[in-house]
Amino acid sequence: MGEFLSYVLRHRAEIGHLLAQHVALVAISTGAAITLGIPLGVLATRHRRLERAVIGAANVVQTIPSLALFGFLIPLPLLGGIGARTAIVALTLYALLPIVRNTHAGIRGIDPALREAGRGMGMTDLQLLTRVELPLASGVILAGVRVATVVSVGIATIAAAIGAGGLGVYIFQGLAMVDDTVILAGAVPAALLALAADGLLGLAERRLTPPGSSESSRAGAV
Amino acid sequence: MATIPESPGPASAGTPAVEFVDAGYELPGGRAIVQGIDLTVGPGEVLALVGRSGSGKTTTLKLVNRLLEPTRGTVRVAGRSTIEWDPVELRRRTGWVIQEIGLFPHLDVAANVGLVPRLAGWDAERIGERVERLLELVGLPPEGYAARLPHELSGGQRQRVGVARALAADPPLLLLDEPFGALDPLTRAELQVEFRELTQRLDKAALFVTHDLREALAVGDRIGLLDAGRLEVVADSGAFLDSGHPLVQELAHTIRPPEARRG
Repeated sequence: MGEFLSYVLRHRAEIGHLLAQHVALVAISTGAAITLGIPLGVLATRHRRLERAVIGAANVVQTIPSLALFGFLIPLPLLGGIGARTAIVALTLYALLPIVRNTHAGIRGIDPALREAGRGMGMTDLQLLTRVELPLASGVILAGVRVATVVSVGIATIAAAIGAGGLGVYIFQGLAMVDDTVILAGAVPAALLALAADGLLGLAERRLTPPGSSESSRAGAV
Repeated sequence: MATIPESPGPASAGTPAVEFVDAGYELPGGRAIVQGIDLTVGPGEVLALVGRSGSGKTTTLKLVNRLLEPTRGTVRVAGRSTIEWDPVELRRRTGWVIQEIGLFPHLDVAANVGLVPRLAGWDAERIGERVERLLELVGLPPEGYAARLPHELSGGQRQRVGVARALAADPPLLLLDEPFGALDPLTRAELQVEFRELTQRLDKAALFVTHDLREALAVGDRIGLLDAGRLEVVADSGAFLDSGHPLVQELAHTIRPPEARRG
């Protein structure tokens, strides 16, 4: 324990640098997954055929082992190669599933009577989406973002294997040196980062969940 | 007494607010939900539609604001067939009141009531004034209620908000689908009386769907009886109980013992 702490203190500048890299990998990829995933999830609620294709594709990506996915991407032009870009592409693909699925489920879970009320009041499709569906689904969507973020923090440690940096650098170094202290110097900050992200997003989620909406969807008619 | 000055009034006097001409609706499989409906709702007239569950009342209502399109015949609103109306425009000039679930849970009372004016692009100041006036009109002082969320209201209060919301853009026509169905009998009777006064004062035409004959008699100028998708009886509410139709006799038994019946 003392050995670990003194190692961390001695290397705090480098750990800080790797932590910043790690946060950047997660933030950029999760941001991209949100930008792509929410529209995809919305589209999936609009078209039956797209629904199966989108959810199916996202599920398939999730089953590819992360190290293998990084490997597959390296030879690809534009998206691939060695470095952070490839890692961000892979992390984005992983983060897509929970976001697409929760957007889809959040909107599908809205009482159809509310959707019909909106339409009956003269809302266009876009107004129904932005004024009723997305606000009511926002809590569920954010829960998906939260899962995506926490999972990305973990998977991003593997990005070091393809030269993308991040806290995984210490983990791979430690594995090569058979030195637990070095592994922990990467693993412990990564775990703390995951917990912090989870806590912060959990807070936002509770704030975004519309008051009364959870009750009414649970009870069916309140 | 609050007044509502924005109304252009019902479309030129004499044009029926709603007109069903041999209208029917069948499911894609061919099963008819309603058929052969011939019915006219005059300007400023309240027509109550009664019938048991599954008789096609709600379907009939949805044919009016084009949530459904007739598969047979025609439904005209203000003289124009619903399929010729732009659905969004048609719905914004048609107030729609459903059971309390229809309020948006994430919007406060003022935002719920001001929704249609906002969709129609009114400026904020005009919406604010309108919302205040409407909340007063339905007996909910704005200072106490405007900022509340629907789940902080009682069932009766939610229904008042629902009526205020339907009146917000001053539509000449109201469609009400069991609006007071989930309320206790006293609150319900109170709202029926208020609704009656309100539609008379504001000169609104309305189609009011209910399964409760007593409610139909309380709110309607005329009453239509739907059974198994067909409109069996249409009569002035004063004459409805005396129409002699067996289904009316049956319904009448539900509201009073036979010897107390009028006529």
